[in-house]
Amino acid sequence: MKRTLTVALVGNPNSGKTTIFNNLTGARQHVGNYPGVTVESKEGVCRHGDTEIKFIDLPGTYSLTAYSADELVARRFIIQEKPDVIVDIVDSSNLERNLYLTVQLMELGAPLVLAFNMSDQAGARGFNIDTEKLSRLLGAPIVNTVGHKGRGMNELLEAVVASADAAAGNDGRFTLDYGREIEQEITKITSLLGTNGSFTEEYEPRWLATKLLENDRDIVSIIDSENIKAQVDKSAERIEKIIGEHPETAIAGSRYGYISGACQESVRSTIEIRHTISDKIDTVVVNRILGIPIFLGLMYLVFQLTFTLGAPFMDWLEQFFGWLAVGVSGWWPEGSESILKSLLVDGVIGGVGGVLVFLPNILLLFLAIAFLEDTGYMARAAFIMDRVMNKIGLHGKSFIPMLIGFGCSIPAIMATRTIENRRDRLTTMLVVPLMSCGARLPIYALIIPAFFPQAFHGPMLWIIYVIGIVLAIVGAKLLRSTLFKGESVPFVMELPPYRMPTLKGVLIHMWERGWLYLKKAGTIILVISIILWAMTAFPGLPEDKAARFDDDRTAVEALDLSDEARAERIATIDNEESEAALTHSIAGRIGHGLEPILKPMGFDWKIGTALIGAFAAKEVFVAQLGIVYSVGEADEESETLREKLQENYTPLIGFCIMLFCLISAPCMATIAVTKRESNSWGWALFQLVGLTVLAYVITVLVFQIGTLLGIGTG
Amino acid sequence: MRRYNAYAVEHASPVPLAQLNTGSRAQIVSIAAGHGLIGRLYAMGLVPGERIEVLQNARHGPVIVAAGGCRLVLGRGMTRKILVEE
Repeated sequence: MKRTLTVALVGNPNSGKTTIFNNLTGARQHVGNYPGVTVESKEGVCRHGDTEIKFIDLPGTYSLTAYSADELVARRFIIQEKPDVIVDIVDSSNLERNLYLTVQLMELGAPLVLAFNMSDQAGARGFNIDTEKLSRLLGAPIVNTVGHKGRGMNELLEAVVASADAAAGNDGRFTLDYGREIEQEITKITSLLGTNGSFTEEYEPRWLATKLLENDRDIVSIIDSENIKAQVDKSAERIEKIIGEHPETAIAGSRYGYISGACQESVRSTIEIRHTISDKIDTVVVNRILGIPIFLGLMYLVFQLTFTLGAPFMDWLEQFFGWLAVGVSGWWPEGSESILKSLLVDGVIGGVGGVLVFLPNILLLFLAIAFLEDTGYMARAAFIMDRVMNKIGLHGKSFIPMLIGFGCSIPAIMATRTIENRRDRLTTMLVVPLMSCGARLPIYALIIPAFFPQAFHGPMLWIIYVIGIVLAIVGAKLLRSTLFKGESVPFVMELPPYRMPTLKGVLIHMWERGWLYLKKAGTIILVISIILWAMTAFPGLPEDKAARFDDDRTAVEALDLSDEARAERIATIDNEESEAALTHSIAGRIGHGLEPILKPMGFDWKIGTALIGAFAAKEVFVAQLGIVYSVGEADEESETLREKLQENYTPLIGFCIMLFCLISAPCMATIAVTKRESNSWGWALFQLVGLTVLAYVITVLVFQIGTLLGIGTG
Repeated sequence: MRRYNAYAVEHASPVPLAQLNTGSRAQIVSIAAGHGLIGRLYAMGLVPGERIEVLQNARHGPVIVAAGGCRLVLGRGMTRKILVEE
């Protein structure tokens, strides 16, 4: 008889949850949106006997009281989705701290299976855990596992299935005695909750009362009864007066007391605090003097890798799309003009192809970041960068999202979930798009070779990136001293031990982020490309105007010219016709309409037309520019497009184009993610408007000053 | 640590963690902070009675301590609020 179980994987950060999740589900996992909960969860499936088990990998959390957005995801899932079984993954070499979460899960009454992970290390460190005894004390089965070696997985699955079976009959709830004073107040609150029945449907009253006394922000916000709130305040005051501690502290203390007692009975340890290999490595890596050079060296390595290793793949992809364009064009007879052909070749292949070409680049960056994260180095990097971040009012944890932003802003903004303080989190989210993302690379790759000599290519690219970083720093500082003023929140972060990452783990980790970029390409960019193509192709040139060009062509045919001269004249007429058609199209008209605004930046209506598309998604800029200069399917390698740019613009304008694209919002998808992560349209729009205005102002300044000083005006 | 004076004390009185040198070991006595922060620190394993070792304290910037089986980075402000005794 087949059945399905929903099982949640919880545990402290760095306890090896994700490794076990990967072991159990392998390639059969995906990121999905959980119904009713508007954040993403990682799900995977596993068959055990005749049971199908759906595993949900939740973000690591230290306690059921959530201190950051991703901890909130874990806790909400556990409480609201009520999985059939909860597997709590415990780092056995750090037992007491890990059990703090376990005890809270026990209080919740969830069917629990404990996986004592890293049991090999615990043994090596001199811990001797009597799992039988502990299991009885905690009331849950304990399975010893070694996640990164894949040991204990079967036993774990057995325990999960057994637990699901047993839970059907079991209704006993574990209660921790918090001492007389607190228990009295809990009783008072539960009786009030009982009369106000609305909450007790979802939550158990004693649990609610405890959480209220602990001042759990999330729970406090859902209780709207003034009565209850007043009682909670009164109780807290009373407790504090009698035992000298706030209930939150006292309750936490009681939990640890219980854990301590249980461990004393069942854990023998022979060590105090031991220095490990990780600590020895850290004396070098996190060293005051060596730390930053090592860090900079690694960052340089990462970027070098991304650009150089990615190059052959990118070339290959470019060739592929070029070939594809030619192939698709070949379906129609030579020289014919078909709307469908234009749609497919110019619109779809041009637009989407332009995005996908840079996928290797972005994947390599995410691969490097995943590797650094899985080895544990990233936490050290956050520590090293903390001082620098402090100067702009943020801290080390904001550094990692910014690094990810060099690949794609979307996973970067999502990575801000680990930042506890909302102000810091918002600040980081708003400035992350200034980290020049992979989508802007086609623009630089087109413009830099068009306007600058070979020797300047590297430095120019570097300058653009640095400008982005500088603006992000200034922006963050500004935001923190105006809108998001306030004390910097206390910084506490765990340094996981160094470990050798698994290839599978790193690849999956890389793919989690790379996939977001790909999804964006496949959906939004595709749609935008088609819309833009339509706006550029329609309405076509009216009959009478088209007729004039035809007449011109016939006239040239009639002349007695050499083949070469004739072809040249015809080409000129063709171009004029295309340009006229473009001016006539929707995009063209908008471009012309925008000219007064564009002029101060040195842009003309053609750039304006391309920018319209880029407004929605930067990647489309190059393809759009190609269409505007009627070069068929253009890409950054396109000689003809480069030549056209050189003819029509100066290096200064080229630089301004790059500047504007760097600073303005990267794509609508980013704005959408900002809205979702900040939970407010206000901030998303602020980001959009702010970045666009900033881009405009700076570009205008640069252009005007440049023109005045005669720099780069060719 | 014994002090030889007329008012000999058995143990040194609690000092902020921020003042400990790299390599020193101590035991947490109390945390002088709001209950929200205390809850956060408790959840991460920094409870009164816990033995810790300072792995790096450079007088500026965050401090690295070993507590139980884990390594924690603590902002300087926080280390001023954690009282320990050696």
